[in-house]
Amino acid sequence: MASDIVISARELVKQFKTRAGTVTAVNGIDLQVRRGETFGLIGPDGAGKTTTTRVILGLLRRTSGESSILGYDSMRDTYAIRERVGYIAQQFALPGDLTVMENVRFFANVHGVSRAEQRRRIPELLEFAGLSRFTRRLGSRLSGGMKKKLALVCSLVHEPQVVMFDEPTLGVDPVSRREFWNLLGNLRIERRATIFVCTPYMDEAERCDRIGLMYEGRLIAHDTPQAIKEMVPGRLLEFTPSRFGPAKRLVKEVEGVFEVQTYGATLHVFVDDALNGGAEGRQRQIEAALAAQGVGCKGMREIEPRMEEAFISLIRRQERDSEQGYLRGSP
Amino acid sequence: MRKRRRRARVDDLETPIVVENLTKRFGDFTAVDHVSFSVKRGEVYGWLGPNGAGKTTTIRMLLGLLKITEGTARVLGYDPSTEAKAMQAHVGYMSQLFTLYNDLTARENIRFYGQAYGLSRAELRRRQTRIIEMAGLQGRERELTANLSGGWKQRLALGCAIVHNPRVVFLDEPTAGVDPISRREFWELIYAMANQGVTILVTTHYMDEAELCQRVGFISEGRLVALDTPDRLKQTQMRGHVLEIQCANSEAALRVLRDAKEHGWLPLDEVALYGAQIHAVVPDTDTYKVAVTDLLAEQGIVVNAVEWIAPTLEDVFISCVKARED
Repeated sequence: MASDIVISARELVKQFKTRAGTVTAVNGIDLQVRRGETFGLIGPDGAGKTTTTRVILGLLRRTSGESSILGYDSMRDTYAIRERVGYIAQQFALPGDLTVMENVRFFANVHGVSRAEQRRRIPELLEFAGLSRFTRRLGSRLSGGMKKKLALVCSLVHEPQVVMFDEPTLGVDPVSRREFWNLLGNLRIERRATIFVCTPYMDEAERCDRIGLMYEGRLIAHDTPQAIKEMVPGRLLEFTPSRFGPAKRLVKEVEGVFEVQTYGATLHVFVDDALNGGAEGRQRQIEAALAAQGVGCKGMREIEPRMEEAFISLIRRQERDSEQGYLRGSP
Repeated sequence: MRKRRRRARVDDLETPIVVENLTKRFGDFTAVDHVSFSVKRGEVYGWLGPNGAGKTTTIRMLLGLLKITEGTARVLGYDPSTEAKAMQAHVGYMSQLFTLYNDLTARENIRFYGQAYGLSRAELRRRQTRIIEMAGLQGRERELTANLSGGWKQRLALGCAIVHNPRVVFLDEPTAGVDPISRREFWELIYAMANQGVTILVTTHYMDEAELCQRVGFISEGRLVALDTPDRLKQTQMRGHVLEIQCANSEAALRVLRDAKEHGWLPLDEVALYGAQIHAVVPDTDTYKVAVTDLLAEQGIVVNAVEWIAPTLEDVFISCVKARED
């Protein structure tokens, strides 16, 4: 294995046996995270992000395939992994009746950090997370954003080379969310840590060097955010139709329209820009086609596709492909 | 007779929600601080703000669940503090914790809410069919709610909140944890309702949700600090402009720019790492593109590209809140 690959999974599968039968939560995942990069595993609830993370960490037994961190096998070398990896679970429970300082000390003791080392590291970490002024505050009296920062400090107290966070910004407000990601940025430049983050928020993809888009147990794309956005063909037009239902039906039939997505009262339309005067030509075609049926278009403009538009498009493509595969396979 | 007159009054109102100087104090703490706004009929109006900013408290006052300390509120012409009971027949509410009974089927949940709102048998049958169709729950009516996925549950919760055909609907952080396709479907439903004249007030702390509203209010520490369309907010409320910098070594570049910010060499409002890029917020678009490039070049950092990018609604929100703190 190349030495700059820090986290690796190959054909990773995790199945759970339930009363209703076997559920495949992780369905053949291949992923690689390089040293020093920030990797985002992005997908909706129930996609299998948490299960993937836990299997890689060795907290759950994999059903088949391979997974490792820093070359240590997830299942055989769990102690070596525990020493070198920091982890914040989604539902982490910091003892609420301990103060901030007591919480950090508790985690340091669990990880066997010596007293002398604790005296050096803890003030530094609290300063880093902006918690120095709150060392005596009880865990239960911290705001949501501060709790996440405290969890971050606790996960770093044994100076891990790799940190894995499961939805660290879930339920956190915009200001705290920004602060948390800025802390991860600092972690990257000051400690050269490799960071692995699971998140349901598509916009957080932009904070990562590379991402994996996960949906229904599979990784449907694995690349830089920019490259993934470029996987969706054509350009993106946005407009508000005067009559939504008819417009949605009509625009699908216009030549050169690849895909239609709804966005509140507006429509997002991916168009083929290779011919007919590019995106502008398509824009005029759409306006004419809708006008012929008495539907007006307000505020037609080209916009940059965001990760969410790309993700929706890739999910749909995958669903179409698997349907076609099914049809081909049937007699 | 009186009921019919009321109903007509409720349907005709041009501004179903009118709030003036609304204030809520809990002891010394002011949760909502002299907030004024109004929402037009059929409008989708969003409230964006952090946890604890006063969003839910405001909704609770408008629903008549919390006493108003100061100021006035009218929802469909009713005063929530004295006429809550009459008002509730015309108002729907969906909370962030989809309040559904997991051990009931989808259809039983709709029936339960319909009965709670006092619908007649015939009306309930009619509404039940409509809602199942609207939420796309055909074929799943008899499934236990516990077995429905996030997107279905969310649409069922909305269905239950509007079983009595309300004219105003309050949605408190409705799309947490739902996949992007279901979320788009949910918002299509919201706008279908708005097109039929239903007035919608949504609270959220996610900018992608706020971006879907026709008008957005920024809430910070109990105050309404800005209110406009998402596009206009981006034009008027952003202090500074966002530069996106691409360079070979973004970690080194971030270190340089952070030092420049801390020492005041460059008036940078924010510097942050976005994957392999850096976003820096600078005061104007004249000189800073060159200044930033020069500074990085001086430190031996090869800059591949520097471009102005459009701020996200979240950038604007954070800028607006910080501007008030300064």
